[in-house]
Amino acid sequence: MVAAAALAEVPGHSAAGAALDIEQVSHAFDIDGAELPVLTEVSIAVEPGEFVALLGPSGCGKSTLLRLVAGLDKPQSGSLREDEIRITRPHPSRVVVFQDPTLFPWRTVWDNVALGLEAQGILTSQRHRVDAALDLVGLSDFRTAYPHQLSGGMAQRVALARALVNDPKILILDEPLGKLDSLTRITMQAELVSLWQRKGFTTLLVTHDAEEALVLANRVVVFSERPARVKADIRVDRPYPRHRGDPYLADLRRQILGLLGLDATW
Amino acid sequence: MSTYSLSDGRASGAPRLSRAPLLAHWFLESGPGILASAAWMIFGLSCLWWEDVGDWSRTHSLGIAAFVIAAVALFGTVSADYLGSAGRALRQRAPWLIALGAFLTLWEVATAKFAWLPLPFFPPPQSIIEVYTDDLPKLLDSVFASVRLQLGGYLIGAAAGFLTGVSIGWSRAVGYWVHPVLRFIGPLPATAWLPIAFFTFPSSWSASTFLIALATGFPVTVLTWSGVASVSTAYYDVARTLGAKPSFLVLKVAIPAALPHVFVGLFMGLGASFAVLVVAEMIGVKAGLGWYLQWAQGWAAYANMYAALIVMSLLCSGAITLLFAIRDRLLVWQKGTVKW
Repeated sequence: MVAAAALAEVPGHSAAGAALDIEQVSHAFDIDGAELPVLTEVSIAVEPGEFVALLGPSGCGKSTLLRLVAGLDKPQSGSLREDEIRITRPHPSRVVVFQDPTLFPWRTVWDNVALGLEAQGILTSQRHRVDAALDLVGLSDFRTAYPHQLSGGMAQRVALARALVNDPKILILDEPLGKLDSLTRITMQAELVSLWQRKGFTTLLVTHDAEEALVLANRVVVFSERPARVKADIRVDRPYPRHRGDPYLADLRRQILGLLGLDATW
Repeated sequence: MSTYSLSDGRASGAPRLSRAPLLAHWFLESGPGILASAAWMIFGLSCLWWEDVGDWSRTHSLGIAAFVIAAVALFGTVSADYLGSAGRALRQRAPWLIALGAFLTLWEVATAKFAWLPLPFFPPPQSIIEVYTDDLPKLLDSVFASVRLQLGGYLIGAAAGFLTGVSIGWSRAVGYWVHPVLRFIGPLPATAWLPIAFFTFPSSWSASTFLIALATGFPVTVLTWSGVASVSTAYYDVARTLGAKPSFLVLKVAIPAALPHVFVGLFMGLGASFAVLVVAEMIGVKAGLGWYLQWAQGWAAYANMYAALIVMSLLCSGAITLLFAIRDRLLVWQKGTVKW
């Protein structure tokens, strides 16, 4: 990628990942007075700079866990800590990229990417970071475009730039590639890995695609059906870039699908 | 049916074949413009040919003006190719020019020439022109008074409605107190307040401003509120994870996201406020186009009424055009908005 070093060249830019401790977290939703448990005693310790994929059947509570990590909701019990500091509210050091790009349709691409800096009141002195982030995702030519003029893949790239411009210590990805076509998806998987390698942030990726988890992550945490419990915590010790056809990964994939009860279908 | 080869055409048929379609094409392009010119010429003739049944001073001038318009239409049509966008605009509007010329001719003949329509109630075109030339100062004063009253009331109402709507949409506590009041007072037609407003307010002008603001405020409040309430929570989640404070969430997320709704409210409020404006001017304020209408009726000056109605319609339409222009500017990010 041509714009590879764009962000790293920005002075004062030193992003490194943060450690994330999820300890005995349980959570439940209140639906018309009935309690619906979604997470039961989930504990995951994430090392700084790790790429952890959270894999599980759809609707099992993975996204809820991400909202807790982001600080958007508070857990019923248990605790979440970023570098030993308890997470109580959202903070730009932990940025979420959602399944839908959720770009603000009334803002241009540039203004969307600038959102975080503007919200923190530092945009006037840090405008170059917006340009660098747009460069990084290869969308500099679209800075004045409006979201409705972008394709799905481009919109998701803008969402990624909007997250990265804040120099997150933890990047939280909630199935960000779930709605893209398979070709765009493969391209963006490769981009994600190279961004993560270059910047060193801790990454948490929710997905229900075992292959995606294995191609991208250091570690794959497999969840059970709702209420989610950690079913397995698998280390993926393979160098990048990884090949989809790698027999080692194929073997792991079979194991994971087995854990999810889908071994017969593969 | 018949096939002909290229060499055939070149040999004998070419000159005839190429000229006829060219002429047909020219007539298709320019025909409406020429017909429009003819229609206005007929209108001019109808003004000058017969004697007026009444005493109107502008008949002759109107006829001359019609001939001038006919001449301009003809010239514009013939040289449309050299006039650029003005030529295209004329071609596009030519059918309307035909209809207008025909309508005016009919109107002229039916009123001023043969009085097929009963006379004081259906004045001919020249008597309306007469109003515009002879009663201009009074008419302009009325326009000015109406615009001032309408603008003041509308701006106050729109601002108050917008602020109320945002507050209800954002704060549960404000909603708790304001919502019932809104439900109780809002649906009441603003004109129902007229009698009370005129003796509680110090002047009829302030009373009318209040009523216009009231009529504007209700739809603006409700639509701003629904706009703010319908903002996707995903937008707030995104902004919050990026470090947004509550003020940012209101000013930079809720309000821009609600803006399309707000403009629907502003549009509805504009329509409602026109109605209140006219009624208030007719009943209380002794100025403005509504008052002019009332005054003209009192003197059985029907031409003045029509003249004022035409001005009023142009003003209202202009106000809506202006509102839509502002909306289009602010909401460029929306696709597929209705063109006024």
